Amino acid sequence: MKHINKKSVKQEPRWQTKISGGNFVDKFHAYRNHHAQALFSSLGRLVASRFSSAMTIIVLAIAISLASGFYILVANLQQLAGNLEASNQISLFIKDEISEARVNKFANSIRQNSDIQEVKLITKEQALEEFQSYSGFGEAIKALDKNPLPVVIQVLPKNSLENEQALEALLDDFKRSAEVDFAQMDMQWVKRLQSIMEVARRGVTLLSLLLGAGVLFITANTIRLELYNRRDEVVIAKLVGATNGFIHRPFLYSGFWIGFFSGVTAWFIVTTIMLILKQPIETLSRLYDNAFHMLFLGFAETLALLFISSLLGVVGSWIVLHFQLQQLKPE
Amino acid sequence: MLKFDNVSMRYPGAGDVLRNVSFHLQRGEMAFLTGHSGAGKSTLLKLIALIERCSRGQVLLDGESLNLAKDRQVPYLRRKVGLIFQDYKLLQDRTVFDNVALPLIIAGYGHHEVSRRVRASLDKVGLLGKERKYPAVLSGGEQQRVGIARAVVNKPPMILADEPTGNLDPELSAEIMHLFEQFQQVGVTILIASHDISLIAQMNHRILKLDHGQLVAS
Repeated sequence: MKHINKKSVKQEPRWQTKISGGNFVDKFHAYRNHHAQALFSSLGRLVASRFSSAMTIIVLAIAISLASGFYILVANLQQLAGNLEASNQISLFIKDEISEARVNKFANSIRQNSDIQEVKLITKEQALEEFQSYSGFGEAIKALDKNPLPVVIQVLPKNSLENEQALEALLDDFKRSAEVDFAQMDMQWVKRLQSIMEVARRGVTLLSLLLGAGVLFITANTIRLELYNRRDEVVIAKLVGATNGFIHRPFLYSGFWIGFFSGVTAWFIVTTIMLILKQPIETLSRLYDNAFHMLFLGFAETLALLFISSLLGVVGSWIVLHFQLQQLKPE
Repeated sequence: MLKFDNVSMRYPGAGDVLRNVSFHLQRGEMAFLTGHSGAGKSTLLKLIALIERCSRGQVLLDGESLNLAKDRQVPYLRRKVGLIFQDYKLLQDRTVFDNVALPLIIAGYGHHEVSRRVRASLDKVGLLGKERKYPAVLSGGEQQRVGIARAVVNKPPMILADEPTGNLDPELSAEIMHLFEQFQQVGVTILIASHDISLIAQMNHRILKLDHGQLVAS
């Protein structure tokens, strides 16, 4: 009797036992189960409202596929331009009437110039040989009774002469020389192409950022609607002691699924478009000695695409939860 | 268990809704909170449920000052109070079981523990066997008993009820009140806001009466 009395004094009334129950392992399992439950119930809700989900996901997928489509386009163009090395080599086409001795003298005078790294003289005969073996017009050339090709001096300025204006000045000097018929910077067009590519790359980056922001806010708005539709549930959960983390979880998972499925759909859109373009592009490439191999979205790029779109979905819903949940106050 | 110490509540533009309210509910005590509409009953309950914070004075729940509670502590303090509403606030798209289980899932109980406690709680309110039903197919009295089962399933030391019988006929109301008395007998502190004077008069419990924000009888 004494023992029972002691116990009943010490013990809290039956309804006042500890607020949070279960041991650590149980709690961990419960926590993990709740995550899994939130993951699949948000997927279930997405499927339950499949028409509106599909519309949202398609809009997002189009935005994502635009960004990734432009990305792969630039990557392909870059591959084309990347094969070409830009050098500052200048070709001097010597006037036909200049004698061989005078050409040699002229070449030597260029070698004396401290800005010049290398000078290479290509005689008419060498030029013809080269032309015959590379151009595919060998037979046509043979039909001519006289070698139409000029003597060419290839001049490579020193690397220190990076400055465009200095190069232009050098080129102008050559153009004024009496021996020179015509002078040109060989790879200037490569430089121009590379500049255009740089512009395109930046443009695509900016466009992707813009489209990414679009994806972010469309997801945010979708989650906002879901939050509005489930506000009773949110308010009740708050009243019975739910933490913000508990309330956020299913919505964050919804955002994740929306982003993930948009990424998957975008991948299919881009890949389908590329498969449609593949054949004509390969035909074109064959006409240019297979100089070009089409690049598709690779494994790493696909992973990045899915990761970024899922992340945008999660961040989009987080933004809404952060700013809107405060307003959902229990009454 | 619950202590109000000179509590005042002022809403911007509405003046003082509560003025210098002081009272102390002992552990295991049951009390009614009454007064005319707009006397401040709801506001007083909101202060306990941490839906609002008081402008002056101090509210102590289980020895802890609610004024000093940080936002991230609010959910844990709310778990000490089982809330019961006039409109039951049940989730219509969840079964009775899921409705009652919600506080346990939020508190992170394991599956078996949830199942055991939900059944115990439903047994207590006489609804064992209706776990799989949806709230919409239950009567008003049954829905309120689901609300009560949800409020007590986590064994909170305190129950707050806001007009719990407001939508029920006198017979069902008496039944619900009797249920509250059973919880009181096992040591739960209970505060019930109600303006059903005749019902309150039948029951022999402490009455806190508010009039224009002031406590006029205790």
